[in-house]
Amino acid sequence: MKWDISRMGEWTSDEFPLGAVIPEAGNSDDYVTGGWRSQRPERDDEKCTQCLLCWIVCPDSAIRVQDEKVTTFDLKHCKGCGVCANECPVDAITMVPEGCDLPEVK
Amino acid sequence: MVEQKVVAATGNTVVAEAMRQCKPDVVAAYPITPQTTIVEEFAAFVAKGRVHTEYVTVESEHSAMSACIGASAAGARVMTATSSQGLALMWEELYIASGMRLPIVMANANRALSAPINIHCDHSDAMGARDAGWIMLFAETAQEAYDNTIMAVRIAEDYEVLLPVMSCLDGFITTHSIDRVSLLDDESVAGFVGEREAERALLDLEHPVTHGAFAGLGGPYLEFKKAQRQAIERSRAVVKRVGDEYAALSGRPFGVLETWGMDDAEVAVVVIGSTAGNVRHVARALRADGKKVGVVKIRCFRPFPYAELAEALSGVKAVAVMDRAESFGAEGGPLYLETRSALYDASNRPAVVGYVYGLGGSDVKLELVESVYGDLLDIAGGAAAPAGPVYLGAR
Repeated sequence: MKWDISRMGEWTSDEFPLGAVIPEAGNSDDYVTGGWRSQRPERDDEKCTQCLLCWIVCPDSAIRVQDEKVTTFDLKHCKGCGVCANECPVDAITMVPEGCDLPEVK
Repeated sequence: MVEQKVVAATGNTVVAEAMRQCKPDVVAAYPITPQTTIVEEFAAFVAKGRVHTEYVTVESEHSAMSACIGASAAGARVMTATSSQGLALMWEELYIASGMRLPIVMANANRALSAPINIHCDHSDAMGARDAGWIMLFAETAQEAYDNTIMAVRIAEDYEVLLPVMSCLDGFITTHSIDRVSLLDDESVAGFVGEREAERALLDLEHPVTHGAFAGLGGPYLEFKKAQRQAIERSRAVVKRVGDEYAALSGRPFGVLETWGMDDAEVAVVVIGSTAGNVRHVARALRADGKKVGVVKIRCFRPFPYAELAEALSGVKAVAVMDRAESFGAEGGPLYLETRSALYDASNRPAVVGYVYGLGGSDVKLELVESVYGDLLDIAGGAAAPAGPVYLGAR
């Protein structure tokens, strides 16, 4: 059963679960933490050898894999740290600026 | 009332016995003088199979309380014991235990804090933790230490409360002196404390939960703290109810404070712990001389019995508050501050004088207690109250 927190902003002290317990498993998936990101990974499918090293090193489990192949990035949780791009042995991942066109640094 | 076995034993021995009878699932503890024999004797119970407790030998008190928190969140009944520097090392976990609403029961053998190094009794350790959200009981005798330990389990685990309880006994004076103690039988204690029925337990695999969540900026931290305040306020009634039930079982009455001679007293001493015995002894002698003196002993310091104390002191002209702890830079020790606060709304406010005594186990001689009553009787007769805190017996 889904924990209904839609009215949490109105809860009084005796309506919260005792001791700040979260009574629902796995709901950190609902918490969008990708908003901090200033750059996002992009993958070149032609260069990619599907070695899955990015999937191993991603600190946020944000590399989506299906049938042993990388499909997309989970941008709801990817922080844009760039570890995947740095570790990719065939340079198939590049980090591109997020949200706006940044001025070129000389 | 059930039949009981009378033994000659130290405070620590009977606290270990009470722990065994309460059947904790987990005890994580680190030895420290003068608490050591509690955990030593409890470890022997585990080794001999007299209690089926997971006994965790940790490397510090910081780890001891951390392990207790994890085990309690998992749903276990958890007990431990500490003292002085050990309690100080637990400081951050004390707040986590209460904030996570975990009913851990901990014995604390009251001992001074360094520096200078001192292993003897005062209340500085417990008083330093008085804002940590724990319910705090204090024992005058080994008997009270035994009784408080058993009652603490029921109070902590009550659904209206769910807060940790610290059960304090005076280092060496109570922990190591052999005293006459009546012990309940194992079945009676087991029946009294029951089993812990934990909700939101980490080990309840059918209902997975997260403990230790974040409630930061913009979150409901304020509401969680208000919930703790509401819980400790509710505990006032629970402490009394459990005390009454325990009194029916044991034949020993329990009060959040206990009075002697207060019906017609003109002056009174407010005190915590083993010194209450010395004070009563002096008060008896003064009563025999026709002096109208009384004694108020605080047994439950958190939640503090403000209404009960104001009521007990409603007829007196002068009150001495004996603090076995300092609050440097404050107007007096912690008990003095609470007593003054309890009397603020009283229609007839007596003079209140603060005394700091017995720090680091310094002697509490009967002459010193007599001098306190002497001051009070002078004040009641019109003399000016001395500026406090008065360092009793200090050169």
